[in-house]
Amino acid sequence: MGTRSSGGTPRTVLLGADDVRRAVSRIAHEIVERDRDLSALAIVGIRSRGDVLAQRLREALRVHEHVTVPLGALDITLYRDDLTRIGYAPVVHESALDFSVDDKVVVLVDDVLFTGRTIRAALDALVDYGRPRAIRLAVLVDRGHRELPIRADFVGKNVPTRATDDVRVHLVEVDGRDEVELVAREQVIA
Amino acid sequence: MTVLEQAKALRWTRRHVLDTDDWTRDEIEAVLETSGAMVEILKRPVRKAPPLRGKTVILFFAEASTRTRVSFELAAKALSADVTTISASGSSVEKGETLLDTVRTLHALGGDVVVMRHASSGAPYFVAERSDAAVINAGDGWHAHPTQGLLDAYTLRGALGDLQGKRIVIVGDVLHSRVARSDIHTLVPLGARITLSGPPTLMPLAWRRGQLPACVTYEADLDRALEDADGAIALRLQKERQEGGLLPSLREYSRVWGLTEARVRLMRPNAPVMHPGPMNEGVEIDAAVAHGARSLVERQVTNGVAVRMALLYLLVGTPLDEH
Repeated sequence: MGTRSSGGTPRTVLLGADDVRRAVSRIAHEIVERDRDLSALAIVGIRSRGDVLAQRLREALRVHEHVTVPLGALDITLYRDDLTRIGYAPVVHESALDFSVDDKVVVLVDDVLFTGRTIRAALDALVDYGRPRAIRLAVLVDRGHRELPIRADFVGKNVPTRATDDVRVHLVEVDGRDEVELVAREQVIA
Repeated sequence: MTVLEQAKALRWTRRHVLDTDDWTRDEIEAVLETSGAMVEILKRPVRKAPPLRGKTVILFFAEASTRTRVSFELAAKALSADVTTISASGSSVEKGETLLDTVRTLHALGGDVVVMRHASSGAPYFVAERSDAAVINAGDGWHAHPTQGLLDAYTLRGALGDLQGKRIVIVGDVLHSRVARSDIHTLVPLGARITLSGPPTLMPLAWRRGQLPACVTYEADLDRALEDADGAIALRLQKERQEGGLLPSLREYSRVWGLTEARVRLMRPNAPVMHPGPMNEGVEIDAAVAHGARSLVERQVTNGVAVRMALLYLLVGTPLDEH
Protein backbone atom coordinates (compact mmCIF):
# COMPACT_ATOMS: atom_id res chain seq x y z
CA MET A 1 0.00 0.00 0.00
CA GLY A 2 0.99 3.63 -0.17
CA THR A 3 3.46 5.14 -2.58
CA ARG A 4 4.58 3.08 -5.52
CA SER A 5 8.06 3.57 -6.76
CA SER A 6 9.40 2.40 -10.10
CA GLY A 7 13.18 2.22 -10.31
CA GLY A 8 14.09 4.67 -7.56
CA THR A 9 12.79 8.13 -6.71
CA PRO A 10 14.01 11.09 -8.79
CA ARG A 11 15.84 13.66 -6.71
CA THR A 12 17.13 17.11 -7.64
CA VAL A 13 19.58 19.21 -5.67
CA LEU A 14 17.99 22.64 -5.20
CA LEU A 15 20.75 24.26 -3.14
CA GLY A 16 24.33 23.13 -2.65
CA ALA A 17 26.52 24.03 0.33
CA ASP A 18 27.66 27.33 -1.23
CA ASP A 19 24.09 28.29 -2.11
CA VAL A 20 22.97 27.70 1.47
CA ARG A 21 25.85 29.84 2.78
CA ARG A 22 25.05 32.69 0.36
CA ALA A 23 21.33 32.53 1.11
CA VAL A 24 21.94 32.84 4.86
CA SER A 25 24.35 35.72 4.33
CA ARG A 26 21.92 37.54 2.03
CA ILE A 27 19.02 37.11 4.46
CA ALA A 28 21.19 38.55 7.24
CA HIS A 29 21.83 41.63 5.10
CA GLU A 30 18.16 41.96 4.24
CA ILE A 31 17.22 41.81 7.94
CA VAL A 32 19.58 44.72 8.64
CA GLU A 33 18.28 46.75 5.69
CA ARG A 34 14.73 46.22 6.81
CA ASP A 35 15.12 47.25 10.43
CA ARG A 36 18.32 49.34 10.75
CA ASP A 37 17.94 49.61 14.52
CA LEU A 38 19.33 46.29 15.63
CA SER A 39 18.97 46.94 19.36
CA ALA A 40 15.46 45.47 19.45
CA LEU A 41 16.23 42.55 17.14
CA ALA A 42 15.91 38.92 18.26
CA ILE A 43 16.12 35.70 16.28
CA VAL A 44 13.99 32.66 17.06
CA GLY A 45 14.36 29.40 15.17
CA ILE A 46 11.74 26.68 14.86
CA ARG A 47 13.03 23.23 15.78
CA SER A 48 14.51 21.13 14.36
CA ARG A 49 16.26 22.85 11.39
CA GLY A 50 15.10 26.44 11.81
CA ASP A 51 16.98 26.71 15.11
CA VAL A 52 20.21 25.79 13.31
CA LEU A 53 19.58 28.40 10.59
CA ALA A 54 18.75 30.96 13.29
CA GLN A 55 22.13 30.32 14.87
CA ARG A 56 23.83 30.89 11.52
CA LEU A 57 21.91 34.11 10.95
CA ARG A 58 22.99 35.38 14.34
CA GLU A 59 26.59 34.51 13.53
CA ALA A 60 26.32 36.35 10.17
CA LEU A 61 24.99 39.44 11.97
CA ARG A 62 27.86 39.24 14.44
CA VAL A 63 30.45 39.07 11.65
CA HIS A 64 28.90 41.71 9.36
CA GLU A 65 27.36 44.12 11.86
CA HIS A 66 29.30 43.38 15.05
CA VAL A 67 26.14 42.87 17.08
CA THR A 68 25.10 39.84 19.10
CA VAL A 69 21.32 39.51 19.11
CA PRO A 70 19.31 37.30 21.49
CA LEU A 71 18.70 33.81 20.10
CA GLY A 72 15.84 31.46 20.93
CA ALA A 73 14.47 28.11 19.80
CA LEU A 74 10.80 27.13 19.65
CA ASP A 75 9.28 23.69 19.58
CA ILE A 76 5.79 24.01 18.12
CA THR A 77 4.58 20.42 18.60
CA LEU A 78 2.01 21.28 21.28
CA TYR A 79 0.59 24.01 19.02
CA ARG A 80 -0.02 21.78 16.01
CA ASP A 81 -3.62 21.85 14.76
CA ASP A 82 -3.65 18.14 13.91
CA LEU A 83 -2.52 16.61 17.22
CA THR A 84 -5.72 14.70 17.87
CA ARG A 85 -6.00 13.60 14.24
CA ILE A 86 -2.61 12.19 13.40
CA GLY A 87 -2.95 9.16 15.65
CA TYR A 88 0.42 9.25 17.35
CA ALA A 89 2.21 11.49 19.81
CA PRO A 90 5.05 13.42 18.18
CA VAL A 91 8.15 14.03 20.29
CA VAL A 92 7.92 17.31 22.19
CA HIS A 93 11.29 19.02 22.53
CA GLU A 94 12.05 21.73 25.00
CA SER A 95 11.75 25.30 23.80
CA ALA A 96 14.55 27.64 24.85
CA LEU A 97 13.68 31.32 24.99
CA ASP A 98 15.41 32.90 27.94
CA PHE A 99 14.88 36.54 27.05
CA SER A 100 11.72 38.65 27.06
CA VAL A 101 10.20 39.06 23.59
CA ASP A 102 8.24 42.14 24.74
CA ASP A 103 8.81 45.04 22.30
CA LYS A 104 11.37 43.03 20.32
CA VAL A 105 11.42 42.67 16.57
CA VAL A 106 11.48 38.90 16.36
CA VAL A 107 12.66 37.19 13.20
CA LEU A 108 11.16 33.70 13.12
CA VAL A 109 13.33 31.28 11.17
CA ASP A 110 12.33 28.00 9.54
CA ASP A 111 13.85 25.79 6.89
CA VAL A 112 10.91 25.25 4.53
CA LEU A 113 7.71 27.29 4.13
CA PHE A 114 4.96 25.00 2.81
CA THR A 115 1.35 25.01 4.04
CA GLY A 116 2.01 27.74 6.59
CA ARG A 117 0.60 25.66 9.43
CA THR A 118 3.93 25.38 11.25
CA ILE A 119 4.28 29.16 11.16
CA ARG A 120 0.72 29.61 12.44
CA ALA A 121 1.64 27.33 15.38
CA ALA A 122 4.91 29.20 15.95
CA LEU A 123 3.09 32.54 16.08
CA ASP A 124 0.76 31.14 18.75
CA ALA A 125 3.70 29.75 20.72
CA LEU A 126 5.67 32.98 20.45
CA VAL A 127 2.93 35.21 21.83
CA ASP A 128 2.79 33.00 24.93
CA TYR A 129 6.20 34.48 25.75
CA GLY A 130 5.08 38.10 25.48
CA ARG A 131 4.17 40.80 22.95
CA PRO A 132 6.82 41.45 20.31
CA ARG A 133 6.76 44.82 18.52
CA ALA A 134 6.84 42.93 15.23
CA ILE A 135 7.33 39.38 14.01
CA ARG A 136 9.03 38.71 10.68
CA LEU A 137 9.55 35.42 8.90
CA ALA A 138 12.74 34.14 7.28
CA VAL A 139 12.87 30.79 5.45
CA LEU A 140 15.55 29.02 3.48
CA VAL A 141 13.09 27.61 0.93
CA ASP A 142 9.56 28.69 0.00
CA ARG A 143 7.97 25.81 -1.86
CA GLY A 144 4.44 27.21 -2.24
CA HIS A 145 1.10 25.42 -1.58
CA ARG A 146 0.01 27.67 1.28
CA GLU A 147 -3.14 26.68 3.17
CA LEU A 148 -3.15 29.77 5.38
CA PRO A 149 -2.69 33.49 4.63
CA ILE A 150 0.99 33.57 5.60
CA ARG A 151 4.01 34.86 3.64
CA ALA A 152 7.72 35.13 4.33
CA ASP A 153 9.63 38.44 4.64
CA PHE A 154 12.98 36.90 3.75
CA VAL A 155 13.37 33.92 1.41
CA GLY A 156 16.55 32.05 0.47
CA LYS A 157 15.04 30.46 -2.62
CA ASN A 158 11.57 30.17 -4.13
CA VAL A 159 10.97 26.72 -5.60
CA PRO A 160 7.91 25.60 -7.55
CA THR A 161 6.94 22.11 -6.37
CA ARG A 162 4.13 19.62 -6.59
CA ALA A 163 2.22 19.16 -3.36
CA THR A 164 3.30 15.52 -3.28
CA ASP A 165 7.02 16.35 -3.55
CA ASP A 166 9.32 16.24 -0.55
CA VAL A 167 11.75 19.10 0.07
CA ARG A 168 14.52 17.89 2.35
CA VAL A 169 16.88 20.29 4.04
CA HIS A 170 20.17 18.89 5.31
CA LEU A 171 22.38 21.02 7.54
CA VAL A 172 25.91 20.25 8.71
CA GLU A 173 25.06 20.64 12.40
CA VAL A 174 22.34 17.98 12.22
CA ASP A 175 22.92 15.95 9.07
CA GLY A 176 26.64 16.30 8.38
CA ARG A 177 26.20 18.23 5.10
CA ASP A 178 24.57 21.38 3.71
CA GLU A 179 22.15 20.58 0.92
CA VAL A 180 18.53 21.09 -0.05
CA GLU A 181 17.02 18.46 -2.29
CA LEU A 182 13.70 17.87 -3.92
CA VAL A 183 12.43 14.31 -3.96
CA ALA A 184 9.62 13.77 -6.44
CA ARG A 185 7.05 11.26 -5.35
CA GLU A 186 4.80 9.46 -7.76
CA GLN A 187 1.16 10.26 -7.29
CA VAL A 188 -0.65 7.41 -5.62
CA ILE A 189 -3.23 6.04 -8.01
CA ALA A 190 -6.17 4.83 -6.02
CA MET B 1 2.50 8.33 8.62
CA THR B 2 5.62 8.89 6.55
CA VAL B 3 8.95 7.36 7.52
CA LEU B 4 10.10 10.77 8.68
CA GLU B 5 7.06 11.18 10.91
CA GLN B 6 7.55 7.71 12.32
CA ALA B 7 11.06 8.67 13.35
CA LYS B 8 9.66 11.74 15.06
CA ALA B 9 6.97 9.79 16.90
CA LEU B 10 7.52 8.64 20.44
CA ARG B 11 7.66 5.00 21.31
CA TRP B 12 4.23 5.24 22.81
CA THR B 13 1.19 3.10 22.10
CA ARG B 14 -0.56 2.92 25.46
CA ARG B 15 -4.17 3.88 25.96
CA HIS B 16 -4.05 3.94 29.75
CA VAL B 17 -1.59 4.53 32.58
CA LEU B 18 -2.50 1.88 35.14
CA ASP B 19 0.85 0.63 36.45
CA THR B 20 4.43 0.94 35.25
CA ASP B 21 5.28 -2.68 36.14
CA ASP B 22 5.11 -3.79 32.50
CA TRP B 23 6.62 -0.68 30.92
CA THR B 24 9.76 -0.78 28.84
CA ARG B 25 12.64 1.55 29.55
CA ASP B 26 11.80 3.32 26.25
CA GLU B 27 8.30 4.11 27.46
CA ILE B 28 9.58 5.51 30.74
CA GLU B 29 12.17 7.57 28.85
CA ALA B 30 9.46 8.91 26.53
CA VAL B 31 7.56 10.27 29.54
CA LEU B 32 10.67 11.74 31.15
CA GLU B 33 11.79 13.44 27.92
CA THR B 34 8.36 14.91 27.35
CA SER B 35 8.27 16.08 30.98
CA GLY B 36 11.36 18.20 30.36
CA ALA B 37 9.50 20.16 27.68
CA MET B 38 6.54 20.57 30.05
CA VAL B 39 8.77 21.99 32.80
CA GLU B 40 9.74 24.72 30.32
CA ILE B 41 6.08 25.57 29.66
CA LEU B 42 5.51 26.04 33.39
CA LYS B 43 8.25 28.68 33.44
CA ARG B 44 6.73 30.83 30.67
CA PRO B 45 4.85 34.09 31.25
CA VAL B 46 1.75 32.31 29.90
CA ARG B 47 1.79 28.88 31.54
CA LYS B 48 -0.51 27.27 29.03
CA ALA B 49 -0.27 25.36 25.75
CA PRO B 50 -3.18 24.18 23.60
CA PRO B 51 -2.81 20.43 22.84
CA LEU B 52 -5.83 19.32 24.94
CA ARG B 53 -8.15 22.07 23.75
CA GLY B 54 -11.69 20.73 23.52
CA LYS B 55 -10.86 17.66 25.61
CA THR B 56 -12.44 16.89 28.96
CA VAL B 57 -10.47 15.43 31.85
CA ILE B 58 -12.56 13.97 34.68
CA LEU B 59 -10.86 13.72 38.05
CA PHE B 60 -12.59 10.87 39.87
CA PHE B 61 -11.24 10.78 43.42
CA ALA B 62 -13.03 8.13 45.46
CA GLU B 63 -10.37 8.43 48.16
CA ALA B 64 -9.33 11.68 49.81
CA SER B 65 -6.42 13.49 48.20
CA THR B 66 -5.66 17.15 47.77
CA ARG B 67 -2.11 17.23 46.46
CA THR B 68 -2.44 14.68 43.67
CA ARG B 69 -5.82 16.01 42.61
CA VAL B 70 -4.61 19.62 42.44
CA SER B 71 -1.49 18.51 40.59
CA PHE B 72 -3.58 16.74 37.92
CA GLU B 73 -5.94 19.69 37.74
CA LEU B 74 -3.11 22.15 37.11
CA ALA B 75 -1.56 19.78 34.57
CA ALA B 76 -4.80 19.39 32.61
CA LYS B 77 -5.48 23.12 32.69
CA ALA B 78 -1.94 23.99 31.57
CA LEU B 79 -2.68 21.91 28.46
CA SER B 80 -6.02 23.71 27.93
CA ALA B 81 -8.32 20.79 28.83
CA ASP B 82 -11.64 21.28 30.54
CA VAL B 83 -11.50 19.73 33.99
CA THR B 84 -14.25 18.46 36.22
CA THR B 85 -13.96 16.71 39.57
CA ILE B 86 -16.00 13.93 41.15
CA SER B 87 -14.92 13.36 44.73
CA ALA B 88 -16.05 10.71 47.17
CA SER B 89 -17.40 12.87 49.94
CA GLY B 90 -20.69 14.48 49.09
CA SER B 91 -21.10 12.49 45.88
CA SER B 92 -23.18 9.49 44.96
CA VAL B 93 -20.15 7.30 45.76
CA GLU B 94 -20.86 8.02 49.41
CA LYS B 95 -24.50 7.14 48.86
CA GLY B 96 -23.48 3.64 47.85
CA GLU B 97 -23.26 3.94 44.09
CA THR B 98 -21.31 0.99 42.72
CA LEU B 99 -18.16 1.47 40.70
CA LEU B 100 -20.01 0.11 37.66
CA ASP B 101 -22.67 2.81 38.04
CA THR B 102 -19.94 5.42 38.27
CA VAL B 103 -18.33 4.08 35.10
CA ARG B 104 -21.66 4.42 33.29
CA THR B 105 -21.95 7.99 34.51
CA LEU B 106 -18.42 8.81 33.43
CA HIS B 107 -19.18 7.32 30.03
CA ALA B 108 -22.32 9.40 29.68
CA LEU B 109 -20.45 12.54 30.68
CA GLY B 110 -18.11 11.95 27.75
CA GLY B 111 -14.74 12.48 29.38
CA ASP B 112 -11.70 11.88 27.19
CA VAL B 113 -9.44 11.09 30.14
CA VAL B 114 -10.45 9.77 33.57
CA VAL B 115 -7.92 10.29 36.33
CA MET B 116 -8.90 8.09 39.24
CA ARG B 117 -7.92 7.38 42.79
CA HIS B 118 -9.58 4.52 44.60
CA ALA B 119 -9.10 2.67 47.87
CA SER B 120 -9.43 -0.72 46.11
CA SER B 121 -6.43 -2.12 44.30
CA GLY B 122 -7.28 -2.79 40.67
CA ALA B 123 -10.26 -0.40 40.47
CA PRO B 124 -8.67 1.58 37.57
CA TYR B 125 -8.37 -1.67 35.56
CA PHE B 126 -12.08 -2.27 36.07
CA VAL B 127 -12.88 1.19 34.76
CA ALA B 128 -10.38 1.00 31.88
CA GLU B 129 -11.97 -2.22 30.59
CA ARG B 130 -15.44 -0.70 30.55
CA SER B 131 -14.79 2.83 29.39
CA ASP B 132 -14.01 4.65 26.16
CA ALA B 133 -11.86 7.13 28.01
CA ALA B 134 -8.16 6.87 28.70
CA VAL B 135 -7.67 6.01 32.37
CA ILE B 136 -4.82 7.27 34.53
CA ASN B 137 -4.33 5.58 37.89
CA ALA B 138 -3.74 8.25 40.53
CA GLY B 139 -3.32 5.62 43.24
CA ASP B 140 -5.27 2.41 43.86
CA GLY B 141 -5.16 0.78 47.28
CA TRP B 142 -1.77 -0.71 48.09
CA HIS B 143 -1.17 -1.50 44.43
CA ALA B 144 0.30 1.34 42.38
CA HIS B 145 0.75 5.07 42.03
CA PRO B 146 2.47 5.26 38.63
CA THR B 147 2.58 9.04 38.29
CA GLN B 148 4.37 9.28 41.66
CA GLY B 149 6.95 6.73 40.49
CA LEU B 150 7.52 8.68 37.27
CA LEU B 151 7.82 12.05 39.00
CA ASP B 152 10.24 10.55 41.53
CA ALA B 153 12.34 9.17 38.65
CA TYR B 154 12.27 12.54 36.87
CA THR B 155 13.26 14.39 40.06
CA LEU B 156 16.06 11.95 40.93
CA ARG B 157 17.43 12.18 37.39
CA GLY B 158 17.44 15.96 37.67
CA ALA B 159 19.55 15.70 40.82
CA LEU B 160 21.76 12.70 40.04
CA GLY B 161 21.87 12.52 36.23
CA ASP B 162 21.90 8.99 34.81
CA LEU B 163 20.51 6.53 37.39
CA GLN B 164 22.56 3.60 36.08
CA GLY B 165 24.14 1.86 39.09
CA LYS B 166 22.82 4.45 41.57
CA ARG B 167 21.55 3.03 44.86
CA ILE B 168 18.37 4.48 46.30
CA VAL B 169 17.04 3.66 49.77
CA ILE B 170 13.28 3.45 50.29
CA VAL B 171 12.45 3.46 53.99
CA GLY B 172 9.19 2.95 55.81
CA ASP B 173 5.91 1.08 55.47
CA VAL B 174 6.68 -0.74 52.22
CA LEU B 175 3.92 -3.30 52.81
CA HIS B 176 1.07 -0.80 52.44
CA SER B 177 2.85 1.56 50.05
CA ARG B 178 1.77 1.91 46.43
CA VAL B 179 4.47 4.59 46.16
CA ALA B 180 7.23 2.09 47.05
CA ARG B 181 5.99 -0.37 44.44
CA SER B 182 5.72 2.25 41.71
CA ASP B 183 9.13 3.70 42.58
CA ILE B 184 10.66 0.24 42.22
CA HIS B 185 8.91 -0.36 38.88
CA THR B 186 10.15 2.95 37.51
CA LEU B 187 13.64 3.33 38.97
CA VAL B 188 14.85 -0.25 38.35
CA PRO B 189 14.30 -0.15 34.54
CA LEU B 190 16.33 3.08 34.53
CA GLY B 191 19.29 1.21 36.02
CA ALA B 192 18.93 2.05 39.71
CA ARG B 193 19.34 -0.41 42.56
CA ILE B 194 16.92 -0.22 45.47
CA THR B 195 17.58 -0.94 49.14
CA LEU B 196 14.38 -1.27 51.14
CA SER B 197 14.47 -0.59 54.86
CA GLY B 198 11.82 -0.47 57.58
CA PRO B 199 10.21 -2.61 60.25
CA PRO B 200 9.96 -6.29 59.24
CA THR B 201 6.26 -6.17 60.16
CA LEU B 202 5.78 -3.56 57.40
CA MET B 203 7.56 -5.55 54.66
CA PRO B 204 5.78 -7.98 52.33
CA LEU B 205 6.38 -11.47 53.74
CA ALA B 206 8.13 -12.85 50.65
CA TRP B 207 10.42 -9.83 50.43
CA ARG B 208 11.31 -10.10 54.11
CA ARG B 209 12.26 -13.72 53.46
CA GLY B 210 14.59 -12.70 50.65
CA GLN B 211 12.40 -13.41 47.59
CA LEU B 212 12.87 -9.90 46.22
CA PRO B 213 12.45 -8.46 42.72
CA ALA B 214 15.60 -8.02 40.62
CA CYS B 215 17.91 -5.19 41.75
CA VAL B 216 16.06 -4.84 45.08
CA THR B 217 17.47 -5.77 48.50
CA TYR B 218 16.15 -5.51 52.05
CA GLU B 219 18.31 -4.17 54.86
CA ALA B 220 16.58 -3.98 58.24
CA ASP B 221 19.30 -1.75 59.71
CA LEU B 222 18.61 1.73 58.32
CA ASP B 223 22.10 3.06 59.12
CA ARG B 224 23.65 0.25 57.13
CA ALA B 225 21.16 0.78 54.28
CA LEU B 226 22.00 4.48 54.05
CA GLU B 227 25.75 4.06 54.08
CA ASP B 228 27.11 5.37 50.74
CA ALA B 229 23.62 5.46 49.21
CA ASP B 230 22.97 7.91 46.34
CA GLY B 231 19.56 9.01 47.60
CA ALA B 232 16.71 8.17 49.98
CA ILE B 233 12.93 8.19 49.79
CA ALA B 234 11.00 8.24 53.08
CA LEU B 235 7.47 6.83 52.95
CA ARG B 236 4.56 8.31 54.82
CA LEU B 237 3.67 6.36 57.95
CA GLN B 238 -0.08 5.98 58.27
CA LYS B 239 -0.83 6.52 61.93
CA GLU B 240 -3.43 3.76 61.97
CA ARG B 241 -0.68 1.14 61.51
CA GLN B 242 0.16 1.55 65.16
CA GLU B 243 -3.41 0.79 66.15
CA GLY B 244 -3.22 -2.32 64.01
CA GLY B 245 -0.42 -3.62 66.24
CA LEU B 246 2.25 -3.46 63.53
CA LEU B 247 4.25 -0.83 65.43
CA PRO B 248 5.05 -0.47 69.11
CA SER B 249 4.90 3.35 69.10
CA LEU B 250 5.45 6.34 66.84
CA ARG B 251 8.33 7.45 69.05
CA GLU B 252 10.10 4.17 68.65
CA TYR B 253 9.44 4.19 64.89
CA SER B 254 10.92 7.65 64.61
CA ARG B 255 14.00 6.68 66.64
CA VAL B 256 14.75 3.55 64.58
CA TRP B 257 13.39 4.43 61.11
CA GLY B 258 13.22 8.20 60.96
CA LEU B 259 15.45 10.13 58.54
CA THR B 260 17.47 12.38 60.85
CA GLU B 261 20.26 14.77 59.97
CA ALA B 262 22.83 12.42 61.46
CA ARG B 263 21.46 9.54 59.36
CA VAL B 264 21.33 11.32 56.00
CA ARG B 265 25.01 12.20 56.46
CA LEU B 266 25.75 8.47 56.14
CA MET B 267 24.84 8.77 52.46
CA ARG B 268 27.13 10.16 49.79
CA PRO B 269 27.79 13.90 49.99
CA ASN B 270 24.72 15.84 48.77
CA ALA B 271 22.71 12.65 48.22
CA PRO B 272 19.11 13.87 47.94
CA VAL B 273 16.11 13.05 50.13
CA MET B 274 12.56 12.73 48.85
CA HIS B 275 9.11 12.16 50.33
CA PRO B 276 5.81 11.70 48.46
CA GLY B 277 3.96 13.87 50.99
CA PRO B 278 2.16 14.76 53.07
CA MET B 279 4.98 14.43 55.60
CA ASN B 280 4.69 13.52 59.27
CA GLU B 281 7.58 15.68 60.34
CA GLY B 282 9.32 14.24 63.37
CA VAL B 283 8.06 10.74 62.57
CA GLU B 284 9.46 9.38 59.29
CA ILE B 285 11.50 12.50 58.54
CA ASP B 286 12.93 15.29 60.71
CA ALA B 287 11.91 18.85 59.88
CA ALA B 288 15.56 19.80 59.42
CA VAL B 289 15.95 17.11 56.73
CA ALA B 290 12.57 17.76 55.11
CA HIS B 291 13.44 21.43 54.57
CA GLY B 292 17.22 21.10 54.39
CA ALA B 293 19.66 21.42 51.52
CA ARG B 294 19.28 17.78 50.44
CA SER B 295 15.50 17.89 50.28
CA LEU B 296 13.85 17.60 46.86
CA VAL B 297 10.34 17.59 48.32
CA GLU B 298 9.29 20.90 46.77
CA ARG B 299 10.82 20.01 43.45
CA GLN B 300 8.82 16.75 43.50
CA VAL B 301 5.64 18.82 43.73
CA THR B 302 6.61 21.09 40.80
CA ASN B 303 7.83 18.19 38.67
CA GLY B 304 4.64 16.28 39.45
CA VAL B 305 2.62 18.76 37.40
CA ALA B 306 5.03 18.48 34.45
CA VAL B 307 5.07 14.65 34.48
CA ARG B 308 1.26 14.56 34.57
CA MET B 309 1.14 17.02 31.66
CA ALA B 310 3.45 14.70 29.73
CA LEU B 311 1.17 11.70 30.33
CA LEU B 312 -1.98 13.61 29.39
CA TYR B 313 -0.31 14.75 26.18
CA LEU B 314 0.86 11.24 25.30
CA LEU B 315 -2.54 9.67 25.97
CA VAL B 316 -4.48 12.18 23.91
CA GLY B 317 -2.03 11.72 21.03
CA THR B 318 -2.78 8.00 20.99
CA PRO B 319 -5.83 6.93 19.02
CA LEU B 320 -8.61 5.29 21.00
CA ASP B 321 -9.46 2.82 18.23
CA GLU B 322 -6.62 0.90 16.67
CA HIS B 323 -7.34 0.47 12.97
